[in-house]
Amino acid sequence: YVTYISLFFFSWDETHFGKMGSYYINRTFFFDVHPPLGKMLIGLAGYLSGYNGTFPFQKPGDRYEHHNYIGMRGFCAFLGSCLVPFAYLIVLELSKSLSAALLAASILIFDTGCITLSQYILLDPILMFFLMGAVLSMVKYNSCADRPFSAPWWFWLSLTGVNLAGAIGVKFVGLFVVLLVGLNTVYDLWELLGDLSLSLVTLGKHLLARVFCLILLPLALYTAQFAVHFAVLNKSGPGDGFFSSAFQSRLIGNNLHNVSIPEHLAYGSVITMKNLRMAGGYLHSHWHLYPEGVGARQQQVTAYLHKDLNNLWVIKKHDSNTDHLDPSCSVEFVRHGDVIRLEHKETSRNLHSHQHEAPMTRKHFQVTGYGINGTGDANDFWRIEVVGRKAGKRIKVLRSQIRLTHLATGCILGSSGKTLPKWGWEQVEVTCTPYVKETPNALWNVEDHINPKLPNISLDVLKPSFPEILLESHMVMIRGNSGLKPKENEVTSKPWHWPINYQGLRFSGVNETDHRVYLLGNPVVWWLNLVTIGLYLLMATCTIVAIKRGVQLTVEFKELSEVLLHSGGKMMLGWLLHYLPFFMMGRVLYFHHYFPAMLFSSMLTGITWDTLLKFCAGCLSCSVGKRVYTYGTLALMLLIVYSFYLFHPLSYGMVGPMASDPNSPMAGLRWLESWEF
Amino acid sequence: MLGFLKQPVVVTAEINMNLVALTVMGLVNRFWALSYPRAVVFDEVYYGQFVSLYMKRIFFVDDSGPPFGHMLLAFGGYLGGFDGNFLWNRIGAEYSMNVPIWSLRLLPALSGALCVPLAYQILVELHFSHCAAFGAALLILFENSLITQSRLMLLESVLIFFILLAILSYLKFYNLQKCSPFTAGWWFWLLLTGVACSCAVGVKYMGLFTYMLLLATAGVHFWHLIGDQTLSNVSVFCHLLARGLTLVVVPVAMYLSFFYVHLTLLYRSGPHDQIMTSAFQASLEGGLARITQGQPLEVAYGSQITLRNVLGKPVPCWLHSHKNTYPIRYENGRGSSHQQQVTCYPFKDVNNWWIVKDPGMQQLVVSNPPRPVRHGHIVQLVHGITTRYLNTHDVAAPLSPHSQEISCYIDYNISMPAQNLWRVEIVNRESDTDVWKTILSEVRFVHVNTSAVLKLSGASLPEWGYRQLEIIGEKLSKGYHQSMLWNVEEHRYGKSQEQKEREVELHSPTQADISKNLSFMARFTELQWKILTLKNEDTEHKYSSSPLDWITMDTNIAYWFHPISGAQIHLIGNILTWASANVATLVYVCLFLWYLLRRRRKICDIPEDAWRLWVSAGGLCVGGWAVNYFPFFMMEKTLFLYHYLPALTFQILLIPVVLQHLTDHLCRSQLPKNMFSALIVAWFSSIYLVYRTFSPLTYGEPILSAAELRALRWKDSWDILIRKH
Repeated sequence: YVTYISLFFFSWDETHFGKMGSYYINRTFFFDVHPPLGKMLIGLAGYLSGYNGTFPFQKPGDRYEHHNYIGMRGFCAFLGSCLVPFAYLIVLELSKSLSAALLAASILIFDTGCITLSQYILLDPILMFFLMGAVLSMVKYNSCADRPFSAPWWFWLSLTGVNLAGAIGVKFVGLFVVLLVGLNTVYDLWELLGDLSLSLVTLGKHLLARVFCLILLPLALYTAQFAVHFAVLNKSGPGDGFFSSAFQSRLIGNNLHNVSIPEHLAYGSVITMKNLRMAGGYLHSHWHLYPEGVGARQQQVTAYLHKDLNNLWVIKKHDSNTDHLDPSCSVEFVRHGDVIRLEHKETSRNLHSHQHEAPMTRKHFQVTGYGINGTGDANDFWRIEVVGRKAGKRIKVLRSQIRLTHLATGCILGSSGKTLPKWGWEQVEVTCTPYVKETPNALWNVEDHINPKLPNISLDVLKPSFPEILLESHMVMIRGNSGLKPKENEVTSKPWHWPINYQGLRFSGVNETDHRVYLLGNPVVWWLNLVTIGLYLLMATCTIVAIKRGVQLTVEFKELSEVLLHSGGKMMLGWLLHYLPFFMMGRVLYFHHYFPAMLFSSMLTGITWDTLLKFCAGCLSCSVGKRVYTYGTLALMLLIVYSFYLFHPLSYGMVGPMASDPNSPMAGLRWLESWEF
Repeated sequence: MLGFLKQPVVVTAEINMNLVALTVMGLVNRFWALSYPRAVVFDEVYYGQFVSLYMKRIFFVDDSGPPFGHMLLAFGGYLGGFDGNFLWNRIGAEYSMNVPIWSLRLLPALSGALCVPLAYQILVELHFSHCAAFGAALLILFENSLITQSRLMLLESVLIFFILLAILSYLKFYNLQKCSPFTAGWWFWLLLTGVACSCAVGVKYMGLFTYMLLLATAGVHFWHLIGDQTLSNVSVFCHLLARGLTLVVVPVAMYLSFFYVHLTLLYRSGPHDQIMTSAFQASLEGGLARITQGQPLEVAYGSQITLRNVLGKPVPCWLHSHKNTYPIRYENGRGSSHQQQVTCYPFKDVNNWWIVKDPGMQQLVVSNPPRPVRHGHIVQLVHGITTRYLNTHDVAAPLSPHSQEISCYIDYNISMPAQNLWRVEIVNRESDTDVWKTILSEVRFVHVNTSAVLKLSGASLPEWGYRQLEIIGEKLSKGYHQSMLWNVEEHRYGKSQEQKEREVELHSPTQADISKNLSFMARFTELQWKILTLKNEDTEHKYSSSPLDWITMDTNIAYWFHPISGAQIHLIGNILTWASANVATLVYVCLFLWYLLRRRRKICDIPEDAWRLWVSAGGLCVGGWAVNYFPFFMMEKTLFLYHYLPALTFQILLIPVVLQHLTDHLCRSQLPKNMFSALIVAWFSSIYLVYRTFSPLTYGEPILSAAELRALRWKDSWDILIRKH
């Protein structure tokens, strides 16, 4: 079972993750909202299979031509195909029933969605691999519970930890499986605590073993991933602007690496100012005005995360407009407490503030660009101060933490961290806050500094420590993740769409002549899963009520109920943990976010139907019962295989008219109006 | 027969003087100078406008919650004979003589006062001593923030009252459960639980948290009942049925009835009409009903119509066209067809009128008899004033380049033929031969040549389009998004053949008469949906705070400030109570975990009864605190300190629970017990002192000097207004 076809196109998110693989191979620094492990593995696979990282990955549907991409795809497909044996082993371990395991495995084999998802260079197959790996090793160590501290027990316990680190290192969604394992462990410890035959010392050992393998080990591995990530990506690249000046100085090729710039700020210098908040941007302005109804209709001032010519500002004296770069002028340094004027280099407008409310943070004042060719009014004056410095001292580039106080209103220039709407190009809001607080939001540092009259001095003071860059990259990732908001009026995928397979995701190809791939679960399988969740809840409720009412069960049924409640319960919990949190997320959601939950629900299906059939068989006489059991299992399998036969073109590619056209071979399969293949 | 006469008639009354004393104290404490200040205080400005609208029977939508709370406030106004004539526009404005401010504030104050005896009763029902119960009631009595909140026309105290009532009646019910199920008292308290829960939810959606907590508690208790094998299956089933009926069915019915009363009371059209659908608006007196009364129901060929977009976001608007054309080149260099603009316009205008034309016929009037348009028919839409045809073609739309431009076709004699045929698809049809109906039908227009769907993109056009909203032809139409649906709002059968006459006809108001009846359930569903989905734009407020600030009371809210005298009212709590409540919670959680782990190892520190008491009291108080507090961390709306008050009430109830537990079980001998009691007395007196110190800020009088105010600023983060002289 390796179901993957070498398509010559690449598709959808491959633009994204493929590109990042290339970055690793080229060692250029980039920024992504996910932790690095998945992309690193893709990069490694590409590197080992001889891909040289030169394919541009620009728009979906480009041909790969002579680039060697098979390695990366093969790697993902291999991990994707591992899911089947994993599911088989997990269910076998949980239910001790071969047919349940076969059922669960066949659901995953014949689900078009899983196949499609694992054919391409995506993070999801890698995530699902680690996730299933974690569940498998958790189940295995649970079944070693009778021989604690034996070699297999240690092996599976630490493997769980390794897999957890892997899962969370690929995507933050991996946190849910950590939660699942955590809950399972707490339950486990609770059981041990109740066992009075164990001494407190043994209990302590159990606790320590788990803390070590499930908390410390994953943490260490997770940190190690980042260490490798930072070690590999040592060249400046497109992600620089998201990080602080100190962080950037690590990157070869960045203008802050081994930087050599004038050390002290002087009048006439051209500078960029970086906000000290984690993932804060550069002070920025551009030729666009604030729209009507948003404060005064003057030029916008924002914070911008990318490096750009519009980030450049010139420091001038507040009362004169002389050109300090004129060779006849002597150099005059800016000192702590001076009143200055900041002129935007491209537009020659002054940084200005006044008592109009800011666009997003209504309590703050608006900051604008004002004046023509440097001639403005008294609202353009700012007092420059360095935190923790006495008056009259010079201001250092990069190292000084600068605060700009507006002279007329006494407010402080800061970045609120809120994203402006479309009119502000989705850049970050800059305001002048009247509430005087020492927060990094209101502090800035000078990053670039150009002044031909001053000597360049080499500075290497900025080397941040590893914990600092680790923390910073996490802050940036979290900010990035919460910034992925759906645009206005964009029709997005809703979590309730997912289990009912309401709408798929177009992977590649739009037109009739294209080779089209559409990510959609096999509807028969998915609807079976959905029905099973209801069925499971019903069966579980009946069983526990029966037990609570003291109904006497035969040994056989007692075992069945045990499997149903404990093993099924674990899978149900997994499904809930991987599904419900999405209802509370504000970010953009896609159909493929459901796949981890779908894995659990498929295993639940295997367990539930097997239990149901066994229960029916147990109620009937011996021979009839056996027949019912065998035929039932066979019928389910056949149903799954046949539906796969019907829907397989979804993942292996369709050519020809769209399914909405009645002539298309797929027309009869468009069971829901919302499917678009 | 007359045996009962042989005995004398004896009435034995047993009055708990504690309860009476507490009630009286609560009433005095909450009603003291209730009508002072005679000015609008803080959110009174918000609730007041709804009270006025109730008095005037004008329909409104309030996205902050369901209508029961507003209705209660309005009931107060009704008792005082309020006529609704007051302009609620500014905090601090003096009330005019016609505003019966005492009766408007009556109900919140009354519910605030009754919380005091309720707290007493709850602790008694939890099987704690009368002493502890009395302490709990005193703590509630001397809690400044609860007093402020209940002395004004605000809803939190009403909410807290219903929450406590629900808890108390559930406890009463549960205590009766053991000895006498299915008696009258049992039914009464069970029913009261359901009713109080639905009232709490009806006042504010926050009540839902406590309702869920009670449902969960009832679930756990019922689970124990299932395990009780002395009960037959039938009686267990009866228990389940009784609980389902009273705790689920009754609250839902009550909730619906609030809306029923709301919709019955408010039958006049008002300022919030626009956000409702046309059908809803037509059910209100005045407003749209006045316009649409007597319109023909069925749209026919030749009908003159206005088309309203069903989505109504960002603003409700109507399909519109005007003489101006699309600019030949847009700012970004892309070209257009230079045909007449089609937009969506948020105001009523004569240019919103369109005529439905049969492509096979020339005439623009309705034939006799009218030929109705049905689902699937192909029509042309003619703009009334300019007589141009609604058209789309393979040209990118001005702001959404992935979609087609919609225009009114001008024949420039170039190789761009008119493509003006549209198929009418009624989305909410019952059969495929349904007739297109005014107001009721939601229609998609599908372009015949390109299958593009007429859609409102939501973006507003730049200057050349007068900032009206962009209309596009969506080529890949996913599902049925509301932005693609249109309904006919105004409608008449066109009679005039000539363009001049037609213009006159279009300018004249429509008339006719058929009343549109919407069922209650349809109106309820729509209103409920609007309440839940309506979003307030303004998310910043000077006094908004984050949930983290609440536990330690790092913020306060200045409710009212007298500009001349400097008198002020603040929402500021009794800091000592807040701090003790936090300590009590911490102690409870630690002790609970300690006991739990020890019990698992079969070491019982406290007797079984005490443990059960400890768990049930803690589950209710800590649970109530947690469910009313933690969800706020996930909310994105503007939050204020007063959102914490329900959680605080639960936390306060926990203090005497912890204190009594400590005295009973941790002080082994008499000496520490006495010392502990002395400590408690001292602590209570300091709580009273703090209450007295802050009461000028709670009641707004006496007026304090600047120095005294400065002395009250115990925390730097408190915002107390000090006048500069």
